[in-house]
Amino acid sequence: MATAPWAEAVAIRVGSIVAAFITGAVFLAATGHDPWRAYREMTNGAFGSLFAVEQTLIKAIPLMLTGLGVTLAFTMGLWNIGAEGQLVVGALGASWLALSAPHLPAAVMLPGIVLLGLAGGAMWALIPAVLRAFAGMNEIISTLMLNYVALLWVDYLVFGVWADPAAFSFPYSRVFPTSAHLPTLFGDVHLGLVLALAATAGLAVLLSRTHWGYEIRTVGTSPAAARYAGMPVRRNILVVMAISGALSGLAGMGEVSGVIHRIQQGLSPGYGFTAIIVAWVAQLRPWAVVIVAVLFAALLNGGFVIQMTGVPAAIAYMLQALILTFVLGSEYLLRRLRRRRAVATTRAALAGSP
Amino acid sequence: MNPDQIVLLLAAAVASGAPLIFAGIGEVLAERSGVLNLGIEGMMLVGAVAGFAAAVVTGNAWLAAATALAAGGLMAAGHALLTVTLGAEQVTTGLALALFGTGLSAFVGKPFIGIPNPVPFRAVALPGLGDLPVLGRIFFRQDALVYVSYALALVAWWWITRTRPGLHLRACGESPEAADAMGVNVTATRYGAVIAGGGLAGLAGGYLSLAYTPAWTENMTGGLGWIAVALVIFATWNPLRLLAGAYLFGAVDALGFRVQLLGVETSSILLRMLPYLFTLMVLLVITLVRRQAYVPAALGRTYFREE
Repeated sequence: MATAPWAEAVAIRVGSIVAAFITGAVFLAATGHDPWRAYREMTNGAFGSLFAVEQTLIKAIPLMLTGLGVTLAFTMGLWNIGAEGQLVVGALGASWLALSAPHLPAAVMLPGIVLLGLAGGAMWALIPAVLRAFAGMNEIISTLMLNYVALLWVDYLVFGVWADPAAFSFPYSRVFPTSAHLPTLFGDVHLGLVLALAATAGLAVLLSRTHWGYEIRTVGTSPAAARYAGMPVRRNILVVMAISGALSGLAGMGEVSGVIHRIQQGLSPGYGFTAIIVAWVAQLRPWAVVIVAVLFAALLNGGFVIQMTGVPAAIAYMLQALILTFVLGSEYLLRRLRRRRAVATTRAALAGSP
Repeated sequence: MNPDQIVLLLAAAVASGAPLIFAGIGEVLAERSGVLNLGIEGMMLVGAVAGFAAAVVTGNAWLAAATALAAGGLMAAGHALLTVTLGAEQVTTGLALALFGTGLSAFVGKPFIGIPNPVPFRAVALPGLGDLPVLGRIFFRQDALVYVSYALALVAWWWITRTRPGLHLRACGESPEAADAMGVNVTATRYGAVIAGGGLAGLAGGYLSLAYTPAWTENMTGGLGWIAVALVIFATWNPLRLLAGAYLFGAVDALGFRVQLLGVETSSILLRMLPYLFTLMVLLVITLVRRQAYVPAALGRTYFREE
């Protein structure tokens, strides 16, 4: 009779994204900007030319990787809000190799950088994981606090031992040797895109097709049942957080080695925070993360471009948070519809019985 | 450190603690009613920018503080609508609010960067009390908002633990079903607590841009809102313990700024990590020591009457 439930769910989610843009338009108009023009410029800035598309894809890479990392942790019910810090420490690991062993050949340097990026992120995520697994400490605050600590380590290093001697007191290191630049695929889009898509495929298979993925989902939805079934909750916390952090670390590696080719203050415009929204709007589904990451990268890029017309770039962050807010609110509608359908089915069944 | 420097440090700790008291008490109110609001950081930022804008436009410091309060309350009303009425998951909704506030404040605050506050709150010695030896210099030569923070902690403690509406608030956070049966309007109570709590978070942000700094810079809260969340756990949802905790954190913060003035050779950047590391450490100790610590039993749980 009515539309299929999945179509309804998709329609409601798309509807909430549209509602977020309408709210954003009202806000733009209220602050004296022309919303129609702002959105058009943003779309142009994100997709209007080959260059724009490349820039959007480049920004989508760290959003995919951090979004996947956060997705894995959230699936197990672990509130890893520390993707930003994990990204940064991954970047620190990669930078350490590039800056301290600049004469390594690319064949050694590149795998080394990738490994150190993964290891840096994993290590930073293991701190809250150990605190949670062995001391029962809530990970929301610990992962958040570690974000600030990680960002300050970057400051410490780029103003200190890693400061570019040629650049007086600018907050960045010297440029990496070319052997430490990630190869590009097309235009300026670097190899990180392949790594991100591979990670997506891996995570999708892990979560939906393996026993371990089933375990992770069970711990996430009903921890008590997982313990009762003898699943190793403590070990899963450590492993899941390590992988989650490693994915964010890989994103950080991609930024320093594939995009800016040095380490600097403000190396991430908050990718690790946006990742939380990406994961949630994608409903913790790996391939949906890819799509949402591209959409959100387009917003970031569009926001960056419309600064020139006098609209603050922060409009991108506002729109992202609004999208999440409306998606969260729309869950209510979905629940109502589901319940109404259940009631209708029961009524029909009762009417059918003699 | 000579005694004089210690007194200065403690006075700075009291000033640094004030925003944590505002935001922390606000969160105690919300959480005692059963609603977790992790959006403090965002509400603080919006309060900071709204208060600062009002100071520039109206030139009235108290009106600016009231605007900061109202802005925080308005943000929190959105949280209440989503979590109390629509039953949205509270952790994620709070994160959304934090991120929204960060974006909104950066958007609105663009024209106010680099402008001095025309009417900052300045230190005023309280007559009599300000002349007390030591205590006077620590507590009673502060700005007016710091005095408000003392009063707030005391009133909040009294109101929550000693009055009937306070009892109703706690009932909503312990067992909304029982509160409902007692005739308490759970929805209205939760809305009230969340909005009042958000207002206080807004005021905490306003304190930064109107008295402490006093200017507007993007992301000027630097994680204080999250430290306030940790502080509420540390204080086991008790306003008086929260007051003590806020000064402890304030002292660590103030120490970070002042160690170098005392002639200790350390990197100022590493010292800025202190409040975050201290928060981690304190939370760890709390978790280890008080495994069975008090937590509002219905914290984070949506209550729908028909269910």
